[in-house]
Amino acid sequence: MLRQIEGSRAVAEAIALARPEVICAYPITPQTHIVEGLSELVKAGELRGCEFINVESEFAALSVAIGASAAGARSYTATSSQGLLFMAEAVYNAAGLGLPIVMTIGNRAIGAPINIWNDHSDSMSMRDSGWIQLHAETNQEALDLHIQAFRLAETLSMPVMVCMDGFILTHAVERVDMPTQVEVDSYLIPFEPRQVLDPAEPVSMGAMVGPEAFMEVRYLAHHKQMQALELIPQLAEEFELRFGRKSGGLLRSYRCEDAETIVVALGSVNGTVQEVVDAMRAQGVRIGSVAITAFRPFPLDAVRAAIGHAKRVVVLEKSLAVGLGGILSDGVRKSLSGIQLKGYTVIAGLGGRNITRASLHKLFEAAGRDELEAVTFLDLNTSVVERELVRERLQRRSGPTAESVLRQLGTVASGIG
Amino acid sequence: MDPRQPVKFYQTGTFTVGNRLLDTDERSVQANMERTNSLNSGHRACQGCGEALGARYALDAAMRATDNQLVAVNATGCLEVFSTPYPETSWQIPWLHSLFGNAAAVASGVAAALKVRGREHVRVIAQGGDGGTTDIGFGCLSGMFERNDDVLYICYDNEAYMNTGVQRSSATPLAARTATTPAVGPHPGAESGRGKNVPVIAMAHNIPYVATASVANLRDLEEKVARAILIRGARYVHIHVPCPLGWGSAPADTIRVARAAVESGLFPLYEAEHGEVTGRTPIRRRVPVDDYLKLQRRFAHLFSPKRDDARLGQIQAIADRNIVNYGLLDTEDARG
Repeated sequence: MLRQIEGSRAVAEAIALARPEVICAYPITPQTHIVEGLSELVKAGELRGCEFINVESEFAALSVAIGASAAGARSYTATSSQGLLFMAEAVYNAAGLGLPIVMTIGNRAIGAPINIWNDHSDSMSMRDSGWIQLHAETNQEALDLHIQAFRLAETLSMPVMVCMDGFILTHAVERVDMPTQVEVDSYLIPFEPRQVLDPAEPVSMGAMVGPEAFMEVRYLAHHKQMQALELIPQLAEEFELRFGRKSGGLLRSYRCEDAETIVVALGSVNGTVQEVVDAMRAQGVRIGSVAITAFRPFPLDAVRAAIGHAKRVVVLEKSLAVGLGGILSDGVRKSLSGIQLKGYTVIAGLGGRNITRASLHKLFEAAGRDELEAVTFLDLNTSVVERELVRERLQRRSGPTAESVLRQLGTVASGIG
Repeated sequence: MDPRQPVKFYQTGTFTVGNRLLDTDERSVQANMERTNSLNSGHRACQGCGEALGARYALDAAMRATDNQLVAVNATGCLEVFSTPYPETSWQIPWLHSLFGNAAAVASGVAAALKVRGREHVRVIAQGGDGGTTDIGFGCLSGMFERNDDVLYICYDNEAYMNTGVQRSSATPLAARTATTPAVGPHPGAESGRGKNVPVIAMAHNIPYVATASVANLRDLEEKVARAILIRGARYVHIHVPCPLGWGSAPADTIRVARAAVESGLFPLYEAEHGEVTGRTPIRRRVPVDDYLKLQRRFAHLFSPKRDDARLGQIQAIADRNIVNYGLLDTEDARG
């Protein structure tokens, strides 16, 4: 059924359709509306057979999900930003134990300076934790990916993060096609755990493993993610057959066939990128884009097949590996091993900075002329940066960077202070 | 007093004999050939480990009380490490170790899953040492209490981080030497007060049941665990378990040391329901704290090279206050 609803509400209803049995919730912006929606569905009796637990921290949220999943319940939680970092130890643990928990990440920046707006720093910090990480481009895809995520997680017995851009998706009211319970039930069979805490068949889970077997355990986790590279497209195809729309998969190419320049990005910014691609195509520029859905496992072969024929690739990233540059760029470059093409990393949209069509248009034109630096910070206010650097050179005790930058942009710049 | 105990053990002139005086069905769980050996032999605990003893008694008692319908969640620590060296396990029950600080929350999740799946006859124990309970796991523990989740949490308190090599925890008592409170300087050993009193904090959460127990009184321990496991809601049992390695006591003296802690008043045994103390185990033969402290090298600096009367006075005052606060003396014998 077509509905005009907030992204968080769409995800909450999709989660409910997946019949979770234990949901643990702790508030953090911008994922909060999702668990609020779910608490209402459980409390009103619309989502039956589900325990909704308000916990005291994100660390507890994922820990409760670990216990529930190990005892055989389909388990779900959601978080963002600092919350994901606070549960970091449990994030690795859930993956190490092979528990098929599904967690939504309402992607948000990490402080300091504290910032509630969107970028991908949070989920990127957990990229090597052993979770599958899927990025939604639209609210429809966020909704659909959650339904696929439970199937994927439970088939492989490993946890899945569904990443959706904070505010841009979580708080945007958009049209979505909400599937029916019958449709979801036909796609998502009841959870049959591979391992379960059961007095009838006692097992020890989480035993200590020393050097004699630790490598093998880690290898098997890697091997499972490699299997996910095959399973993710299969599940997307089956989803399309049942629900009549394309969602998920490893990646999606947009007008890449004869493209000389290809832009690669994660998440909602791909919509803006595609509009700029259309505009530049109309001007005769051979440009296309690739939206990567599966960031973990990283689809090296699919990326290579999608962009290997181009002359240059621009990787547009909402995260920063401080001291290096891009994170997504690393994977893209690895996928192009042995292929000579120009690669540019563009850091954009950190802390919710708008990524506009105008800025992207200029950026892609510069890329087409090969005038970009290896690492570019899109729309960086260089005068603010220069002034701050000068201030720090002049005075040892120069104070906090963030406050100083704000002062420049606020009171000093406006002449008030 | 244990209501199931018609014979007073001290009538025999010893504190250890007893089962033979009782009818078969009144004997301890451990005296029963049908016991489950939840924590089976072959594990790697040190000689005289109080925690291994306490865990064995607690879990077998819980298994008998629940007709073997039990799941245990374990915090990281000695109990976890010595029981499950890959590829072996001592656990004869479904058992999950997740992390150091989240046992209470993981157990909440297990309980929620059992409830939603209509398997509430299966009971859930979370267990950890004092570090995993009073320090790093305290947030999750308090959350579990506050939500009144259907979990029995058992803390095996050996008063320091033994697994990592005897560092101070918030359960470390005044003056105790640990690797991070060494017996050097003008105020050797731990300087803060009586440790974080988690049983009292648990009571402040108004949960249905809180008890303290000791490996010195294993019948009392079994009885409390058997009672606690069948109550619904959040329950907490705090068991005092000497650690020969960390305390510098003889492995053969574990029960003796534990008993001296109880009989001096330093470790009061009591039960509480919904925040009110409802029962206490009286001291049978009161001893000065010196009798407890002298058995342990972690307190050796209080007696050598010269007696530290100031510190010993403080510790005796703690014991005296416990005896008054919990009413631990109620017979003429004990006062004498």
